[in-house]
Amino acid sequence: MLNYYFTLALRSLKRNAVLTVLMIAAIGVGIGASMTTLTVFRAMAGDPIPNKSRQLFAVQIDNWGPKRGIVGGDEQNLQEQISYLDAIGLMTAHAAQRQSAMYATGFALTPSNPDLRPFVVQARAAYGDFFAMFDVPFRYGGSWTAADDAGRADVVVISRKLNDKVFGGANSVGKTLNLDNHDYRVVGVLDRWEPLPKFYDLNNNKYGEPEEAFIPFTRAIDQQLPSWGNNNCGGDTVPAPGWEGRLHSECIWIQFWAELPSAADAGRYGMFVNNYAAEQRRAGRFHWAPNTRIHNVREWLTHEHAVSTEARILVLVSFSFLLVCLLNAMGLMLAKIMGRAGDIGVRRALGANRRAIFAQCLIEAGVVGLAGGLLGLALTALGLAGLRSLLSDEVNRLTHFSLEDVAIAVILSVAATVLAGLYPTWRAAQVQPAWQLKAQ
Amino acid sequence: MELRPILSAMRRNKAGAILIGVQMAITLAILCNALFIIQQRVALSKRPSGTDENNIFVISNQWVGSPPDLAAKQQGDLAALRGLPGVVDAVASNSYPMSNSGSTEGLKLNPDQKNESALTALYLTDEHGLQAFGLKLVAGRNFNADEVVDKFGYTDYRPPSVVIITRALADKLFPGKSALGQGVYFEGIPKQVPVVGIVDRLQVPWTQAGGWGSKFNDNSTILPFHFVNAHMDYIVRVQPEQAGRIAAVMKDAESKLIQADRARVLAKTQTLAEARAAAYQDDRGLVVILSVVCAALVAVTAFGIVGLTSYWVSQRRRQIGIRRALGATRNAIVQYFQTENFLIAAAGSLAGVGMAVALNLWMVSTFEMERLHTGYAIIGAILVLLLGQLAVLWPALKAASIPPALATRAA
Repeated sequence: MLNYYFTLALRSLKRNAVLTVLMIAAIGVGIGASMTTLTVFRAMAGDPIPNKSRQLFAVQIDNWGPKRGIVGGDEQNLQEQISYLDAIGLMTAHAAQRQSAMYATGFALTPSNPDLRPFVVQARAAYGDFFAMFDVPFRYGGSWTAADDAGRADVVVISRKLNDKVFGGANSVGKTLNLDNHDYRVVGVLDRWEPLPKFYDLNNNKYGEPEEAFIPFTRAIDQQLPSWGNNNCGGDTVPAPGWEGRLHSECIWIQFWAELPSAADAGRYGMFVNNYAAEQRRAGRFHWAPNTRIHNVREWLTHEHAVSTEARILVLVSFSFLLVCLLNAMGLMLAKIMGRAGDIGVRRALGANRRAIFAQCLIEAGVVGLAGGLLGLALTALGLAGLRSLLSDEVNRLTHFSLEDVAIAVILSVAATVLAGLYPTWRAAQVQPAWQLKAQ
Repeated sequence: MELRPILSAMRRNKAGAILIGVQMAITLAILCNALFIIQQRVALSKRPSGTDENNIFVISNQWVGSPPDLAAKQQGDLAALRGLPGVVDAVASNSYPMSNSGSTEGLKLNPDQKNESALTALYLTDEHGLQAFGLKLVAGRNFNADEVVDKFGYTDYRPPSVVIITRALADKLFPGKSALGQGVYFEGIPKQVPVVGIVDRLQVPWTQAGGWGSKFNDNSTILPFHFVNAHMDYIVRVQPEQAGRIAAVMKDAESKLIQADRARVLAKTQTLAEARAAAYQDDRGLVVILSVVCAALVAVTAFGIVGLTSYWVSQRRRQIGIRRALGATRNAIVQYFQTENFLIAAAGSLAGVGMAVALNLWMVSTFEMERLHTGYAIIGAILVLLLGQLAVLWPALKAASIPPALATRAA
C-alpha cells in the first residue's frame, strides 16, 4: 500500500511540476539557511568533553569584595579568574581528586637549526593533573609527574602540530626544546585534541585551538613567565611592583579546575572552597562574607556565554526564514491539493476512506520534504563554505558539518514539511465525493 | 474599485490569504530587524580610529627571552626604523587601535573617589607617538622628551608624569570646561597627573560589537613611557607619497630589524588598514550572511505570492472570462488582483510591524541590542507592499489575457 502511495505521490508531483519545484526550492533554501547557522550554533553550544562535563568544575572566589573594580562581575559579583594566592591555596589543600591552576603564556621558540628563524609558541602553564583531568590523548610519552610539579622541572608537553613542525612528527620524548633561551625536555606529545569551545580558558580565542606547549605551572612562575591572557588588577589594593608583587597581589589571571567524580564530591568541594574563603577572612585578607562558586563545564559555558550573540541572532533569523519557507510550501500544497479535489472525489467514491486520502497526501508532503532536505543539504554545504571564506580563522573551526548535522537536516526537513502539510491534507480528507462528482 | 467582491472572494479562500499575509508579516519583521543590524555593523566597522591609517604599519616584535639591554635595543630599532627612506616617524607602543589587545584604566578626579569617573584605554608611547600615529593635537602640547621614562613591563606600576587624552575622554571627565591643566588620578596612586594635551580622536584597541571597549570607544589616554617589554609593537608611519609602496617599506623595516638582532620574532607585520579588515571581518561576515538571508527571504515570499496567485487565476479562469464577457476591461482584472494583494499585504504589514517591534524588544532584553528606529519599520512595510505588487503583476497580467470567449465555452 505504502509503495502504491509513493507512486501516486511521485505521479502527482510530476503532474504539477512548477508548483512542486517551487515547494522543494522553498523548503531547500529554508533548510539550507537554518542548517548553516545551526551547525555553527551547535559547535558553539557543543559539549567539549561529553564524558566528564559534569565532573569538571571551574572555581570562582571573590577576592575583591563588594567594591567592584573596573570590570563589574557576574550576578553573584564573581570574576572568571582567581589570584595567584588563591590558586596556591587551593593547590596546597589538594581537596579534589585532581586539580590544576593554569594560565595562558607563550614563548619564542628557537629551533636547533640556526638557519631557521625563531617563532612564537602559545603555551599553557598547568599542573600535571591537567592531562588526566581533561582526558587529553597522548601520541608519545605522557604527562609530567607530581614530582616534576614540586621540583619545578624543565619539562614540556607539546601538541602534535608543534611536534610535526619541529621534530617532523617523530617521537621527540627526551629531546629538548629551546623556549626563550631555556632548554625544556619533552616528556609527552599530544595526539589530536580539539575541545570546542576551549572551555578551560574562555578569556581569549574561545573557539581557537588549544595551546601548542604545556609546562609546569611552578616552573612558569619561577621563570616569571607573564600571562598572555586576561590580567585584571581591578581590586581595591594596588600591587607592589615586580613579579613578586604580582604574585602577592589581588590581581586575577589564573583559571582553576577541579575534577569531582560524584555529586557528593562536588558538594563537599563547594563547601571546602567556601571554608577556604572564610579562613581568608579570619586571617584578615578578606573583609567580607565568603563568596565562592563552582560550575561544571556545561554551567560554565552558559555562564561565560560561549554561544555568541551573533550566532543566536543568525539562528533566530534563519529559523524565522525557514518558517516563512514552510508557510510558503503550505500555501502551494494547499493550492495543489485543492486543484486535485476532483481526483480525490473520484477516489473517495471508489471506496478510499478519509484515512487513506490523508495518508496518501502526507506521504506526498514527506516526499517533498525529503527532496527539500536533500537540496537543503547541498545548500548547507555551500553556506558553510561561504562562512569559511567570510569569517575569521578563529571561527572557522565552527563550520564543520558532521553526520549528525546531516541527519538533523533531513529529519527536520521531512518533519517540518509533513507538519506544514497537515492542514492541506486535512482539507483534502474533507472533500465530499458526491459534490466533486456532481461538479464534473 | 469595488472592494466587496474581492473581500467575499477572499472569504471563500481564507487559508490562502492568511498564509500569504502571515508570510508577509514575518518577512517584514525579519527584514527590518536584519536591515537594522546590518546598518549598525556597517557603521561600527567604519568608525574612524583617529590615526593616519592609510600610511601606517605595525610590526609586532617578540624578543627571545628577556635581553638585559632591552631599552637600548628598542631605541636602536626605532632609530633604524626612523632612518628608513620614506618613513615619517616610528614609535614603540603597548598597543594600537583595532589590535583587540591592550590595557584599561579607571581614571578618577580625586583620589578618595569610590568609583572611577571614566574608563580609558592606555597607549604607552614617547614624544614620537603623536607623529607616528598621525594624531591631531587640538589643544595643549606634545610630551617633552624629559617627561618620558622607561616602564618595564606590566608589573611596573609607576604613574606617568603627564598625560595626553582624547577629546571624548576630556568631555567625559571635564564636561563644559577645558581639560588642559586639570589633573586625573590613576587607580590607587595618590599622585595627581596633569593633562597637557588633547587629541581629536584615538580609538581604543577593542572593536567587538557590545564587547569590552564598546562603552568607551573613543576614551584613550596616552602616557609618556618607553614601554620596555619582551613583546611590544613598533608603529611606523610612512609619507603619503609612499603609500603605494608601503609593502616595500614594510619589507625593508623587517629586514633592518632582523639585521640589527636575530634573537627576535616578528610575529606579525601589517598595515592598519589590514588590522581594520581583520578586526571587523566577522562583522562584515554577519552583514553578508544577513543580506543573503534577506534576499532569499524576499525571493521566497515573492515566488510564494506568484505561485499562489497563479493558482487562483487558473481556478477562476471561467469567472474571469465571464467578467470580461460582461464588459470588464483588462485593466479592471489586473486591478482586481492588485487590490486583493494590497489588502492582504496591508494587513500583513500591520501585523508585521507589531512583530518587528516585539522581536526587537526581545533582542534588546536578551542581546543588549539597540532599540529599532521606527524608520526601519516604515521602510520595511513599504518594501513588503511593493514586493507584493511586483509579485502579483505577472499572474494578474496572465489573468487579464484570458479571452472573454472562454465564458461561452462549455465547462
